[in-house]
Amino acid sequence: MNVFVPEEMDGLWDILAKEPDAALYAGGTDLLVRLRTGIPSPSALVCLERIAGLRGIRDEGDRVFIGACTTHTELLESGLVGDALPILQKAARLLGSPPIRNMGTIGGNICTASPAGDTLPPLYLADGEVEIESRAGARRVGIDRFIIGPGLTALGKGEVVSGIRVKKGMEYNVHHFEKVGQRKASAISIASLAALVKTDASGAIVKVRLAWGSVGPLVVTMPEVEKALAGRPLTVETLRSVHHMVERGVSPISDIRAGEEYRRRVAANILLRLATYGPAI
Amino acid sequence: MKISFTLNGRATVVDADQDRRVVDLLREDLGLTGTKESCGTGECGACTILVDGESRLSCLMLASQLEGRAITTIEGIAPEGKAAGDVQEAFVAHGAVQCGFCTPGMILAVHDLLRRDRAPDRARIREAISGNLCRCTGYQKIVDAVCAVVSGRNGAAGGTRGGR
Repeated sequence: MNVFVPEEMDGLWDILAKEPDAALYAGGTDLLVRLRTGIPSPSALVCLERIAGLRGIRDEGDRVFIGACTTHTELLESGLVGDALPILQKAARLLGSPPIRNMGTIGGNICTASPAGDTLPPLYLADGEVEIESRAGARRVGIDRFIIGPGLTALGKGEVVSGIRVKKGMEYNVHHFEKVGQRKASAISIASLAALVKTDASGAIVKVRLAWGSVGPLVVTMPEVEKALAGRPLTVETLRSVHHMVERGVSPISDIRAGEEYRRRVAANILLRLATYGPAI
Repeated sequence: MKISFTLNGRATVVDADQDRRVVDLLREDLGLTGTKESCGTGECGACTILVDGESRLSCLMLASQLEGRAITTIEGIAPEGKAAGDVQEAFVAHGAVQCGFCTPGMILAVHDLLRRDRAPDRARIREAISGNLCRCTGYQKIVDAVCAVVSGRNGAAGGTRGGR
């Protein structure tokens, strides 16, 4: 099978015109594992890792643009991401292992569209907009509409994700990401929680955004829980009061890593720990 | 397809299928069997190599991706004219090698760490080798060996010895 490694977007479009059924990859940490099982069986492979136009992290005022082929290691080393959206670095730090982070990219994590994708809950909270390019032009799709199911995205033939635009999170004083897996490194999450909280001087929650991973076919958000928490102190008692709403709000499956009931309980319990990570009052 | 790259400091040209896995190309075509394969799915780190100095998994790289890159395998880690590098020597001295299957990948992961961080503490060392599974040593002796390298490179006074 041919493996193309284009260095420019023009070269990529030429390849995609000739090989419309080619599979795209960057780090290969997901696709190359799946290829060995024989599914999928594309006509060719296109490795995007050398295309300069798909790399780099740019400050765009109230937003940050992250090129699709930015590796997780590059995310972790970015001062801009560290200042603007520490929650994304917290998630990237728990993703895979050092060599996986050196290879895997944010665009790959988005396009793989796994319910367990560790960067996805933070990208939902940052109102991530996926930038999609094709030879004909570009379009933007919110990440909550780009990912349409486990492993399914709105990406069409001849299109490539060129990056994601995220809102800076400076208004939130708590950036929290927690993942429960079977071990610390190289673990696929059983349940994860991303939380952005803005508290006032008394420790009361002014605004909170929550997103869970691995407890439904898509990233789970619960606006009704966020509403119920607003205006109340960021304490274990407050968080416990929405425990039943969280347990009902998730829709996990049982699989090789954990059962449905366990995932429900963990999803609600990891929210309690948010109080521990809150600001010192 | 002809693929040109630098392998352990030497300009190398291979004729290989574009989709040949790098681990197979190294072990079977070039006879560099120091690079090991265990899981084949990116979870164990046995096949770790350095690509332009950065640790990568050769089971998840295809031959086409090698073009123009500088690759270092365990066979190329010792300085010119020496049998072993300081990391390798420390592994031997501290009993950080038992069956040895994880050792090449482990040593390359440590080289990547020490390139990024000259004085890592034990926690940082553990994190840096967290993608490399060892079923024999329990990791303590590996971390001890890396601490010894850090002390050796920075001079005894500059060494770091974090708590376990």
